[in-house]
Amino acid sequence: MSAPTNAPWLLILGANSDIAIATAHKYAQAGYNLYLASRNLEELNKFAADIQLRYGVQASALAFDARNFNSHANFYAQLAQKPGGVIVAFGAMHEQVEAQKNFLLAAETMESNYIGAVSILEIIAADFELRSSGFIIGISSVAGDRGRQSNYIYGSSKAAFSAYLAGLRHRLSKKNVTVLTVKPGFVTTKMTAHLDLPKALTANPMEVAKAIYLAVEKNKSVIYVKPVWRFIMLIITHVPSFIFNKTKL
Amino acid sequence: MKLSGWGRYPVVESQPLLYSSYAALVKLVTNIATCIPHGNGRSYGDAALASVHIPMRRLNRMLAFNESTGLLTCEAGVLLAEVIEIFLPRGWFLKITPGTKLITIGGAIAADVHGKNHHIEGCFSECVEEFELLLPDGSVKTCSHNKNTDLFQATCGGMGLTGVIAQISFYLKPVKSQWINQASIKTNNLKETFEAFEANANSPYSVAWIDCLSKGNQLGKSVVMLGDFAQDEDLNYLPKKTIDIPFNFPNFALNKLSVAIFNKLYYCKTAAGTSTQKVSIDQFFYPLDAMHHWNKIYGKNGFVQFQFILPKASSYEGLAQILEKISNAGTGSFLAVLKLYGKQNDNWLSFPMEGYSLALDFKMQPKLEQFIDELSRVVAAHNGRIYLAKDALLKRDIFERGYPKANKFRALRQKYALKSHFQSLQSQRLGL
Repeated sequence: MSAPTNAPWLLILGANSDIAIATAHKYAQAGYNLYLASRNLEELNKFAADIQLRYGVQASALAFDARNFNSHANFYAQLAQKPGGVIVAFGAMHEQVEAQKNFLLAAETMESNYIGAVSILEIIAADFELRSSGFIIGISSVAGDRGRQSNYIYGSSKAAFSAYLAGLRHRLSKKNVTVLTVKPGFVTTKMTAHLDLPKALTANPMEVAKAIYLAVEKNKSVIYVKPVWRFIMLIITHVPSFIFNKTKL
Repeated sequence: MKLSGWGRYPVVESQPLLYSSYAALVKLVTNIATCIPHGNGRSYGDAALASVHIPMRRLNRMLAFNESTGLLTCEAGVLLAEVIEIFLPRGWFLKITPGTKLITIGGAIAADVHGKNHHIEGCFSECVEEFELLLPDGSVKTCSHNKNTDLFQATCGGMGLTGVIAQISFYLKPVKSQWINQASIKTNNLKETFEAFEANANSPYSVAWIDCLSKGNQLGKSVVMLGDFAQDEDLNYLPKKTIDIPFNFPNFALNKLSVAIFNKLYYCKTAAGTSTQKVSIDQFFYPLDAMHHWNKIYGKNGFVQFQFILPKASSYEGLAQILEKISNAGTGSFLAVLKLYGKQNDNWLSFPMEGYSLALDFKMQPKLEQFIDELSRVVAAHNGRIYLAKDALLKRDIFERGYPKANKFRALRQKYALKSHFQSLQSQRLGL
């Protein structure tokens, strides 16, 4: 049951998030070996064992801290087999009101969602560019499409990340490297299981994973997992300020 | 969120306790007020219902497998279906499986489930090497047949009331095929049905579908099904797609399904005696799983499943009495499942004992509670007991008569300070 030795590797950064877990299953099923990276090695070791048992591919657990920028070059250098694709699934989200009051929380949000992502992706992009192959998946957010009072600190970090991915895509488009921006919308995860999210707008992590896999295959640029979100965000981004400012969004 | 068991009765408002890692779960268990672990929600009644629950499905990683002994270590939220999907193609199958594969391994221990081979292999606890149990004091106890035996025997069958089962090591068995050679024996009455079971005590798997509507000298007419794994080396298993039953059936549709199944099983056979078939493991072990939400056929008020067992000595008399009450009332499903069980184990609240068990569904309606109580009293009068994994209505006095180790169980709950942390609607009703 072991995968062929030349099977490609996928690097999953922030591998303990629900979307990352689902994406790992999807790619392992498709025959990819996995580098699973996050801060929590105890969880990752169990996850790696699970992936190997279920799919007969290789999976290895690696310590990775998005906010420890200085470690990123060594982190990538240590990978014996360079990955054929990478997904940035790490990120931080704090209560907006808390982040307004406590700049450390706001800074953590920006450091994780934007600066950390730029730090590691520049290293990887350079390698992919050199090899003229690979795909880069960034989990961004609809919250980045327009700043709203309820989550603009998180949203602005994702807006920056989305803009970064757009630029990276522009640069790497000549080098046969796919850069995909994913805007999942509402997702049922371990952190939202208690919320009553509207069903039609809510995807489960496996749906997100399938959408990602398909979008990479088709060389897409930006996806909203539930297509209705593209429409919703189109409206939200076009509502004039004098109306928008009266909403509670 | 709304939560119910597979019978969709009762339905309660329940808050899930969320955790993002194993370490977070351990911590959670030390901080909870009262709650109940909740697996895949396939116990029928209120055993996994409470105003606060711990969703266990997300703890679902497989951790290790020993190719030479068949010992699988996994977390409690893994489904039997996942184990089959991954290990049947490699030549391994569950040693003990109930009639649905859509339950978690943790749930299999909590209900100490059994299957068509109980008369030979016993309950699920038999194949368990050990498990990890999270207790409210923050400790993690390893429990096995000879380590922390009290916790092991209370937890197997303990309906999630003894702590959170987190990780389990249990044995799979080697098989040579994804197919079952099945023999069907048509019987004309309860006496013949009993004789068929006893004449085939060596058959690895046995179960009977019994016609609950037949009366008089046909009371207890059945199709007894025997089976064993084929030896054809075909392990190319792909789980079947399930058919979704997407909405609540209108009331008049009740029983059409079971009638259809029975007709197919019963009347398509030759006039009498035994016939043989080769069927897939899904057809043999999990016929109802093929219909995804078959629980919806009973309409939006839900249903109650009633499963009892009687000691062998009083089985015939007790079953005849109960079947007569059911066929007279005409409120039960047309079909019920009958089986001869093997020896009782040492676990404190395990259901099986040596004798005959019957399981059938009742659509939820106003007078059902009273009728179930009436049936329960016949069960108690014949020294039998009711299966807690199916139960939503059992009265405490009947429970006490069927489960003589209940007080020992209560004492253990006291000793480990479990009572103030783990409670379900069922445990409250039964005073556990």
